[in-house]
Amino acid sequence: MILNTVWFILVTVLFTGFFFLEGFDYGVGILLPFLGKDNDERRAIINSIGPFWDGNEVWMITAGGALFASFPNVYATLFSGFYLALVLMLVALILRGVGFEFRGKRENKNWRAFWDWAIFAGSLLPALLWGVTVANLMRGFGIGQDMNYYGGLLPLLNPYALLGGLVFVSLFTMHGANFLTRKVYDAIAERAKKAAFTFWIIAAGLTVGFMAWTFFATDILTKPGINGLVPAVLAAMALLVTGWFIRTRKSGWAFITGSLTVVFATIMVFAGLYPRILVSSLDPSWSLTIVNAASSSYTLRVMTIVAAIFVPIVLVYQGWTYWIFRKRVEGKSEEMIY
Amino acid sequence: MDALLLSRWQFAITTIYHFFLVPLTLGLSILVAIFESRYVATGNETYKRLTKFWGKIFLINFAAGVVTGIVQEFHFGMNWSGYARFMGDIFGAPLAIEALLAFYMESTFIGLWVFGWDKLSKKMHLAAAWLVAVGSSISGFWILIANSFMQNPVGYAIENGRAVMTSFLALVTNPNLPYQFLHVLGAGITTAGFVVLGFSTWHLLKDKKGDMEFFQIAFKWAAVYALIGVVIVGLVGDAHGKFLGQTQPMKISTAEAIWETEQPAAFVIIANIDQQAQTNTFEIRIPRMLSFLLYNNFEGEVEGIKDLQAKAVMQYGPGNYIPSVVITFWSFRIMVGVGVLMGLLALLAVIRPKIRLLEKSRLFLKTLLPAMALPYLASTFGWILTESDRQPWIVYGLQKVQDAASPNLTAGTVLFSLILFTLLLGATVAVTGWLMYKYGTSDPKAEKAVEG
Repeated sequence: MILNTVWFILVTVLFTGFFFLEGFDYGVGILLPFLGKDNDERRAIINSIGPFWDGNEVWMITAGGALFASFPNVYATLFSGFYLALVLMLVALILRGVGFEFRGKRENKNWRAFWDWAIFAGSLLPALLWGVTVANLMRGFGIGQDMNYYGGLLPLLNPYALLGGLVFVSLFTMHGANFLTRKVYDAIAERAKKAAFTFWIIAAGLTVGFMAWTFFATDILTKPGINGLVPAVLAAMALLVTGWFIRTRKSGWAFITGSLTVVFATIMVFAGLYPRILVSSLDPSWSLTIVNAASSSYTLRVMTIVAAIFVPIVLVYQGWTYWIFRKRVEGKSEEMIY
Repeated sequence: MDALLLSRWQFAITTIYHFFLVPLTLGLSILVAIFESRYVATGNETYKRLTKFWGKIFLINFAAGVVTGIVQEFHFGMNWSGYARFMGDIFGAPLAIEALLAFYMESTFIGLWVFGWDKLSKKMHLAAAWLVAVGSSISGFWILIANSFMQNPVGYAIENGRAVMTSFLALVTNPNLPYQFLHVLGAGITTAGFVVLGFSTWHLLKDKKGDMEFFQIAFKWAAVYALIGVVIVGLVGDAHGKFLGQTQPMKISTAEAIWETEQPAAFVIIANIDQQAQTNTFEIRIPRMLSFLLYNNFEGEVEGIKDLQAKAVMQYGPGNYIPSVVITFWSFRIMVGVGVLMGLLALLAVIRPKIRLLEKSRLFLKTLLPAMALPYLASTFGWILTESDRQPWIVYGLQKVQDAASPNLTAGTVLFSLILFTLLLGATVAVTGWLMYKYGTSDPKAEKAVEG
């Protein structure tokens, strides 16, 4: 039973890492066509996430894999239930992933413009769809007694979920802009700083609305016992000071507090769900929990040992990569790979 | 067509696309690391250029391999939720471990390798190259642990209608695994060998003065590399066949189109198969040969499909347990035939400098260009054989394919995604191939080719 909670926490950690890391490179992808005025600037922007984005994306793959290993029923219900949304997400991720690699391979304006917009759409759509997904998780969706969801795509695109999607997009865009402010040379950094503030305003406005709606439409913040209230307050405070840091040009702090916003917001969601993972809006007893959706205790034990050994190793070498490439991309073409 | 059939097509098509990319990643990552090792050991700049030139081909291929791989992971939940629920306790673990051990390693160190030429010491950079290569192989190892379980379940129990793991050790020491893993790794080495051979040949045929040495070195390495790969694939494949003959005779009998039990058993070279009538209306046979291939003697008995079907009904209840023999029989023959052809070509490429006639022959070099397609052909039909031969099971003896599909998908939904993935992944593979051609035939002396 304790292991079920351990794995719930580990899944939370993996999704938190995913949203924190991939969040800013989705943001960078969304900003790419707007902040990069010419080919050289766009290359600099892509190169700022060049060594990282692939490793960041692995957080999503690992989060999915961990969900499969520890709570296979959640994996089955969620992925089959959100089928069309995930098809769109995969299309987006395919375009984005090959876009980074293919873009620079031809010296042709149309070719590069095509991939710039593919990277844009390939970053925007997953950000939006993850927001939609998470909002639906918070509110619950029509899971039946057999653990399957038969409703199709349309009920998932409800106004609350779409607002959640926009919150994700605006937060990630701000997050990406904060990252760029630190990681590219001055001309682009200046524009990124402006974008960060604009998207901070948008994110703050949308978040206020979304959280109010969350308070009335879900039990994420109000459920007795463990709920998302404390991390929600922390996320709100972090978001608030992020605006202040952006304004006062403390870009390092702005990136840190922006990151904390994403981290606390993710913790809020999972804390609010616990011990459920997928809430059924039809009948609370049909929800998938850390008990009825879990793998056997033997498998959880094996996976706990594996995770205890390898997660710290991964953190060390990924952290080391960020250290190696800590300098700004200066825009000298010999530094550019993409 | 119903949702189940469409999901099967979707999985088959996306898997084949994915496996157009995987073998080259496996094999070329190692070859590139070998080139870089030579560079670090000798300081010879030519090996640095070889590393960068073939590294570029590797990277183009790798990116497409990653994105097609994500599609595969998602599929288990999206289209096969029945499978995910039944098998999650066992199948999820190797998948998660693959991500944790291999994907992080590959993706992180590939970033360091690409961007770190000036930021890391020579030895650190070389370490990154090897970590990418090792990561690729680890990835293959864990996903094949998962696949090996589907072929040959071990270390499990059935509880409350689902399979649960009872021994992780049994899972990772599945006797089927070494065959499958080495077979795939050998296929990867073969693929990389033939791709490098093909592009090198292209340059050698053009006879440009300055580049000759560069591509002669590449040719020499690739020829040996390809030959090693083919030999591994062949030896392991033969051993795997013997193993399956003992453990899962239905797979062998259907791959060989042996309808009636025979002792000694003949090897059927070609046959006209009538699945309905359960017979071959025409065949060319080598007496006793199959007994020899499976048991190293000329007397061994091979059970026929009809008898095995009767046994399966006794064991699992009424049903049809015979896969499409046309598919298994011909996939096997194409795979092996192409493999033998590749072995011959690789051998000739290796001994080419020793034989005057061969060294001068442009005809031989010209055959190496279309030969780049051969490893892809063999790999594709290898997987078609492996996966078809397991039908009607998705997990051998435990779950049938029809029980594995998501119950909540309509045919229209799956048709939509099937068309979308087929076109998009098809385009991805096509662009990947085109870019590989563009860079493989570019002049390595031109800075652009190296830096992109």
